[in-house]
Formats: sequence, structure tokens, C-alpha cells
Amino acid sequence: MPLEVYLNVAIGGVLTGLVYGLMALGLSVIFGVVRVVNFAHGEMMTVAMFLAVVLCAALHVDPLVLLVPIAAVLFVFGYALQRGLINPFITRPEHSQFLLLVALAIIITNTLLIVFGPDARTVQTAYGFDSFQFGQIIVDAAKVYAGIAAIIFAAALFVFFRYTLIGKAIRAGADNHTGALVVGLDVKRLYALTFGLGAACVGAAGTMMTLLVDATPMLGPSYTLLAFVIVITGGLGSMPGALVGGVLIGLTEALAGLLFTPSAKSMFAFAILVLVLLFRPQGILGKRLA
Amino acid sequence: MIARLIARLTVGVTPRSAVLLAALLAALLATPWLVNDYLLTVLIIILYFAYAGQAWNIMMGFAGQLSLGHALYVGLGGYVAATLFTRFGIGPWLGFIAAIPVATAAGAVIGFLAFRFRVAGIYFAILTIAFAEFARIGFDHWDYVNASSGLFVPVKQYAHNNPWLLRGDPTMFYYVILGATAFLFVLCHFLMRSRVGYFWLAIREDEVAARAAGIDTFRYKMIAVMVSAAMTSFAGVFYAFFYNNLFPEQVFSIFRSVEIILGPIIGGIGTLFGPILGAFVLKGLAEALNSAMTAFGIELPGVTQVFYGVCLLIVVVALPDGVWPPLARLLGIGRSKP
Amino acid sequence: MTHKTQSNSARLTRRTVTAGLGAAGFIAGVAPFNIVRAAGGPLKVGVLLPRSGLQAGIGQSCQLGVDMAPAILKSLGLPELQIMNADTESNVDTARARAEKVISEGAQLLVGAFDSGQTTAIAQVAEQKGIPLVINIAGSPAITEQGYKFVFRNFPTGPMIVGDAFTNQKEVFAAAGTAPKTVVFMHINDTYGTAIAGAVDHVMPKFDMPYTIVEKISYDPAARDLSVEVAKAKAANADALLVVSRLNDAMLLTRELVKQRWTPQAIMSMGPGWYEDQYLKTLGKLADGPISLSPAPDPHKKLTAVLEAALAKVAPGDNLNANHSFTFEALLVAADAYKRAGSTDPKALAEAIRTTNITDNVNIGPGITFNAKGQNDKVKDAAFQNRGGKLVTLAPKDAANGKPEWPMKSYQSRG
Repeated sequence: MPLEVYLNVAIGGVLTGLVYGLMALGLSVIFGVVRVVNFAHGEMMTVAMFLAVVLCAALHVDPLVLLVPIAAVLFVFGYALQRGLINPFITRPEHSQFLLLVALAIIITNTLLIVFGPDARTVQTAYGFDSFQFGQIIVDAAKVYAGIAAIIFAAALFVFFRYTLIGKAIRAGADNHTGALVVGLDVKRLYALTFGLGAACVGAAGTMMTLLVDATPMLGPSYTLLAFVIVITGGLGSMPGALVGGVLIGLTEALAGLLFTPSAKSMFAFAILVLVLLFRPQGILGKRLA
Repeated sequence: MIARLIARLTVGVTPRSAVLLAALLAALLATPWLVNDYLLTVLIIILYFAYAGQAWNIMMGFAGQLSLGHALYVGLGGYVAATLFTRFGIGPWLGFIAAIPVATAAGAVIGFLAFRFRVAGIYFAILTIAFAEFARIGFDHWDYVNASSGLFVPVKQYAHNNPWLLRGDPTMFYYVILGATAFLFVLCHFLMRSRVGYFWLAIREDEVAARAAGIDTFRYKMIAVMVSAAMTSFAGVFYAFFYNNLFPEQVFSIFRSVEIILGPIIGGIGTLFGPILGAFVLKGLAEALNSAMTAFGIELPGVTQVFYGVCLLIVVVALPDGVWPPLARLLGIGRSKP
Repeated sequence: MTHKTQSNSARLTRRTVTAGLGAAGFIAGVAPFNIVRAAGGPLKVGVLLPRSGLQAGIGQSCQLGVDMAPAILKSLGLPELQIMNADTESNVDTARARAEKVISEGAQLLVGAFDSGQTTAIAQVAEQKGIPLVINIAGSPAITEQGYKFVFRNFPTGPMIVGDAFTNQKEVFAAAGTAPKTVVFMHINDTYGTAIAGAVDHVMPKFDMPYTIVEKISYDPAARDLSVEVAKAKAANADALLVVSRLNDAMLLTRELVKQRWTPQAIMSMGPGWYEDQYLKTLGKLADGPISLSPAPDPHKKLTAVLEAALAKVAPGDNLNANHSFTFEALLVAADAYKRAGSTDPKALAEAIRTTNITDNVNIGPGITFNAKGQNDKVKDAAFQNRGGKLVTLAPKDAANGKPEWPMKSYQSRG
């Protein structure tokens, strides 16, 4: 196969991977800081996607315009969820927490199914069928925009965690729960804030994802799994790790699909997961967990 | 020796619980004469999930290892038995015997990889999902078992019941699954009271302390995984011969894995009766809900699943030990294990 | 085969139709038709379709066929059917349980169920209980190979669909005056897709087609993004694209074809998706061109026009497709058998169905008859092309109402 086919596919894989990475970033923040196993992560993303679809249809705007509002809505949702439902579960055994979120995931997915039906919903954008052509290289326009948006959002988040007071407080709480309490940080509020931020990431990622993929209610579980695979591969608690993981998985799936049977390409992501779990459980960029 | 076996079995069983259990068994045995085929089919499905949930419970409830890929063992059991039957004419009971080593080996591989490499908790759960998905995609592309076209078990006759080949009417299937569930129940009771069971309890409560006390945790965790896998594979065999078709997409699906664990969680992880009660509560209520809605003319597709989710939510939040322990206290049975 | 209306509007529509049916029934009752009322009153027919779960869209589409049936059957002088709707929830376990339920509630005949796995489960129950099952849609050959006496299928099997597809393709090539030399074959990796792919392997050598398949690409039904698959297909540099897909992937594939700037000479689909209303409406001008080779209503048959008129009332703007027509025909078979059997006894009904001979049907082919295995082996496919939001039938000759547009207009030039 000619080189440009590989290049085209690889570029597409990287760009999609950036959006996956943003979604995984949300999970990394939630799991890494609040230590909640958010098994409803993909479902939250699906909710964001449907929100984007509905609002785009109603307001006739481009999804990227809705990026911040939807992220904000998901932020509030995440904050409330953590504060209201999940907080008492932090001290409970892991599987208990996990099952709570599985229950939420089931409820969300099927409620979406009842409300929207199983058919795919798309957003109509002006550039929905566009692509950029440079010689033999053809790049999907929507993917480029989504990829750029993902990078910008991730950078903003990065800046937040590095340079703002709240961001530092959250990181402190993650590194040392007791110490943070001693210092007088309102850890409960910080947790809720963090969950909200993670949810906001998911909201942004979901909005961007509607440019790439059609929204169906059943997407939730596969995205949850994907988020975990990426976070574990890239490294828990490492934000660049989530992005790196996302790009890696996006690239692998794309190239695997090209070289082998496309219908089996997910196997590669799982194979990578198993290898990482066994040989480098902290992930590529992660720090060793206690 | 038999006397000792019986004595072992009845240790810790209060007369009251024995009576209640016997009454339940009698009721279940008499059921086919009392209900129509539709309700019988519902009961078969309930008992199927009671069985599978009980088998899963061995790994989770007894040894504390959360498996979210149990559909793997169901699928393996089903495919081994179905393939042997369609290609070589080997009956399902022999097929089960052949499926046991396959499922056990799969469990052993997962267990070995996980425990040797210290993969625990949620990571272990994700590992199990990965393996189940691997199997799903793998079987979906494996032409020997017909890949995604599905493996159909030929159905030749219904006229007489043939328990050896598992061909017959729902009543026969009912007794088979009832027998299997009862057998597994007794087996679990036995295991819980044995040395292995106590080691499992120790591992579940505090693995580090258990290791410090000299228990070979690796070995006993492996035993739990392998026994659970082997027992679950029978559910697969039953499924294959009851529905007569297997599709990798459905059999190995993560939704199936989740379905299997709902019963024991709602009933009560780690308890003996929990999975059975959970299956009854969940599926029974779901069918009742469905019938009620149809009676009122409300058609809301997907409600069953939302109902499951809500049940799970309520149990996790309000009844973390499941529905069985408070019910047991109510019935005066209490906890028959330490 | 997926219907774009949500379940809400489908419900409203059903109520409206029921009201309409009531009126129609009243009128039919007082009209001077020769309406046969068999001894037992209306025949209780249990209709099992996926109304929820993954296949709900298709189930709702089939449901339209059910809704339109009673009025039309009455106007044909056929006895009344009492429809008992049941939901298989796109799930094998539920399908079986609901079949049992509907039989225990008195169903004397079953119709269903679109999905091969669920239909197999239902067929077993039907056979065991001795209740006839008329399959509206299900492609797996295995179902009618079990030696059942009570199961009947008025729908082609996978191999039949493929054989007809090749025959029709040759007719289309002849009418277009040209044929592709190389073809890339993409198929969805699910029950239907692999069945067709397998059938293609077996059946193609017998047809001496003018093209060779240079690349075979199977893709995951749950794939969110088909850019890699299309890139691979494009790289094969073939003249035309042969495809088996469902609605969602048809739309995904088309978008990728546009984005990656590849317009094959023709797209030939041997399955659902490319002709469905949602595809046509969502893609507008970009939907023109693909040729679908699958079972379909015959535009020249009288009953088709009747059905189209009925559809226009309940779902204006929609095209009549196989979901509607085959589900309708299943009920047609039921009513016809009931009339000839004169009783609701299942054995009598089964015998009556076995001797069915309806030439005034809807779908392409000489009519509805069943062979010894309960299969209608005379059902034919059609070849029809998307043009301006409508479907133009290109083959077989006696059903054709247009000439093929070949090659497809480049996507980039469609504005």
C-alpha cells in the first residue's frame, strides 16, 4: 500500500486520539485525585454528545460554539453527583463504589435509549464533509478542528492545575489527603470540584466527538472501557499521560485496522492494556502508585 | 463416611433454615404442575441467573476478586459443548466434562497473570473485561465455530424428553437447571465450611494479614478462580442447548457479564442464598413490571434495563450487604456462617 | 430498514391508524363485500418484533407493515386478524419468553422476528407447541433446515439473496452498457454480513461475473468511525464498491467516501441501509447513486400501490421498503391460510399455509408458495437505485421502471 495511505490513516488516528485523550483526561483527574472509579465515564460523554446534538439542532450553531456551555453543564452535573451521591462512597470498598457507578451507567444508557431511540444522531456542520488536501495527503477537516479544540482545552486545564490556587490545592489533596486536611483545605469541596472538572473534560470531549462520530445511546460502555484503557496505558494521575495514551491508542487502532482485519482492531487496544497491566502497571508516564 | 459427610453438611444449619429450605425446594419441584409454559420459561431464566450468579459469587463473594468478564466462561462452556455436539455428536453432559478444563484453563491464565503480577481490585476487573472482549472478537472471527454467523445446534425432535442430549420440553430443562442450582448451592455450602472456605474468608477480609499468617494466598485465589470458572461453564452448556444458538456478540458481551453479577449483588455478595434471591427479585420483578405495563397499555421500551439499574442503585446505596441478610434476620435464620 | 420516527410518534401514529382502522372496519362491515367470517371469529396472531433495544428502529419499521395490514386485508375479502403485539427486546432470551407468553395468551399463529437468532428461539417454541410461525424477515438458512413442520419463511435466505444479486447485477451492467472490472467488497461483521459474505464466496464462481473482488474488508458493527476501512478500500483502487451494511454504517461510509474524495463507479449494496428513508433524507444529494440488490416490493404490482397509499397516510414522505412489505405479506399469508382452513386449529392452519399460492402479492417474484421445508424459494431480489430521494427499480426486467445511472456522479461535484 502506498505510503500516503499509511500517513492519512495515521494522521486521522492521532487526531481522533487527541479527543479520546481529552475524555481520558477527565477520568485521570477523577480517578487520580478523587480515587473514584468512574465506570459511568463513557455514559457521561454520551450524555454530552446528545446534549450537543439536541442543542445544535435547536439553535442551529456549530458544536464547537457549544463547547464551553456544555462543559459547564457537565461540570455542574459532576459536582452535584460527587457531592450528593458519591462522597460517602470514597471510604467504602472499591467494588461498592464501582457498582454504584455501574448502576448509574445502566440508568443513563437506557434512559437515553428510551428518550432518543437507538438510531444514530448527527450534527450538521458546514464542514461535515470537508477535507484538506496537501498533495496526496487528505485530512478530514472535522478531525482537525476537533483535535485543535482538544489540545486547547487540555492546555487550559493544564494551566489551571499548575498555576491557580485551586488547582494546586486539588493536587495537594491528591498527593496527601491528611496533609491537605491539616493545612485546612476543604477536601470535600475540592473533591466535588475535581469531579466537576473531570466531568467538564468529558463534556468538552463529547461535544468535539459529535464532529467525528454519530451519537447513539449504546456508545457509553465502549467509551468507558476506552477511557480506562487509555488512562491505564498512559499513566494514572498523569495528565500528559492521558493525552499520550489517547494518541497512542488512536494511532494503534487506526494502523491495526489498516494492516489487519478492521473488524478485529479493538483487540489491539486490549492487548496493549493487558501488557501494560502486567509489565508496567503505572503506565507510560505514570508515577508508581503506593 | 457418608455419615461424616452429612454431618459436615449440616454443621451450622439451624433447624429453622433447614425447614425453610426444604419447603422452598418442595415448592420449586412442584412448580411445573402448577404453572403454564410461559411462567416456567421465566423460572428457567431466573434459575439460570441464580446458578451463574452463584458460580460468580465463589470468586467475588468468597475470595473477594471482582470479575466483570464472567461471560467468558459461559461462552467457552457453550461453544465447547455445542461444537462437540454439532461436529462429533457428543452429548452435552460429556460436553460439559470437556468444557471444564477449557474454562478452568482460561480462569487459571487470568488468575495467574493477575495474581503473579499483583493486579488487584479495579485493575483486575478491567483485566477480566479485556479477556472477555478478546474472546468475543476472537470467536467473532473464528470460522471453525462459524464466527459471527452464529453456531446453531440442530434441533431434531421435541416429542420425547431426552435428558442425555438435553432435547425436550421446558419442564425437562427446568428440572435440569433446578438440579444444577441445588447442586451448586450444596457445593458452595460445603466449600464455605471447609478449610479452603476459611482461607478464602481470610483473604477476603485482609489479604496482607492472611499472607502474614502463612496462607498461600496465590494458591487459594487461583482455586477460587478456577472453581468459579468451571462451574460457570455449565451455565454456558445449558444456554447452548436451551436456546440452540450461540453468537459471540451476545454470548461474550459485557452486558451479559453485568447481568450475571446483578443477581448476587442485589441478593448479597458472599452469602449462600443471596444470588438465588437476587435472581428471583430482579427477573421476577422485571417480568411483573413488564406485564403490568402491558396491562395498562404503556409501551416504554428499555424500561426493564432502567429498572435493573435503579434496583442496583438502591441496593448499593441503602443495602450494601444485599437484600438477603436483612431478610434472613427477619425470617429468624440469621447468619449461618461466622 | 431503520425508521426515523421516534417511538413517541410511532405510538401516536398507531393510535391514529387504529382509529382509522376502526372506521375502515365499520365501512367494510357494511359494504357489499364477501367477507368470510370463519367459525372462531378473528384469528389471534402474535407478532413478535424487536420494539426496544438495538433493533428497535427496524422493529418499528416492520410495525408499520403490521399497522397497515388489517384495513387492506379486509378490503381483499380476507378474514379478520386480532394482532397481539410482543416485544423481543432485541434479545434471544426475551424473544423465547415472549413467544411462550403470547401462546399462553391464546395466539393461534405467530409472525416474526427479523433477527435470525431470536427467530430461531421463537421457531423452536412454535414447533414444540405446534403453532405455525410465519417468518417475515430472517436470512439465516439454518432456520428452515431443521425439519420443522410449523415454521414457514416468506423471505429469501442469504444464499438466495446473493444469487439473485449477481443475476440482477448482470442485468444492470447490460442496461448500463458497461461493467466494473475490479471490485472491493466491504461487509459488516455481524450475522447478516458474514452470512452474505460467505454466500458470496460459495455462489460467485457459478455466475461468471465480469469482475474480480480484489479486496475484502470486514468491519466491526460497533465501529464508531470507518475512516481506516474506507482508506483501505480506496487504496485497493477498484472500479466499484460492493457492500453489505446497515443504516448507520451506510451513512458513515458515505461520509468517509466524500471526505476521502473517492467516488467509485458504482456502489452495490446487498443489504439494508443505503435505500432507507433516513439515509436519503440525511444525505440529500449525496444519497444519489447507490444500487441496492435486495428483496423489495414490486412497483408494478397492484397491492404495492395500495400499500404505498396506506403508508403515505401513516408515514408521509417515506418510501415503501422490504420491512413494511414482508411484514405485511406475513399477515397476508396468515389471513389467506385462515380463510382456506376455515378453522383456527393450528394443524389445519399449518397445512393451509403449506398450500399457499398467492400471486397477487407485494414483493418481487412470482408469488408466495412454500416448499417442503417451509421456505418460499421463489422470492426474488430487485435492483434499485437511489435517485432524488426516490427508489428506481432497475431489475429484474418485468419489475423495472427505470434505467441505471452509471457511473455515479462524483461526490465532489454534487454541490
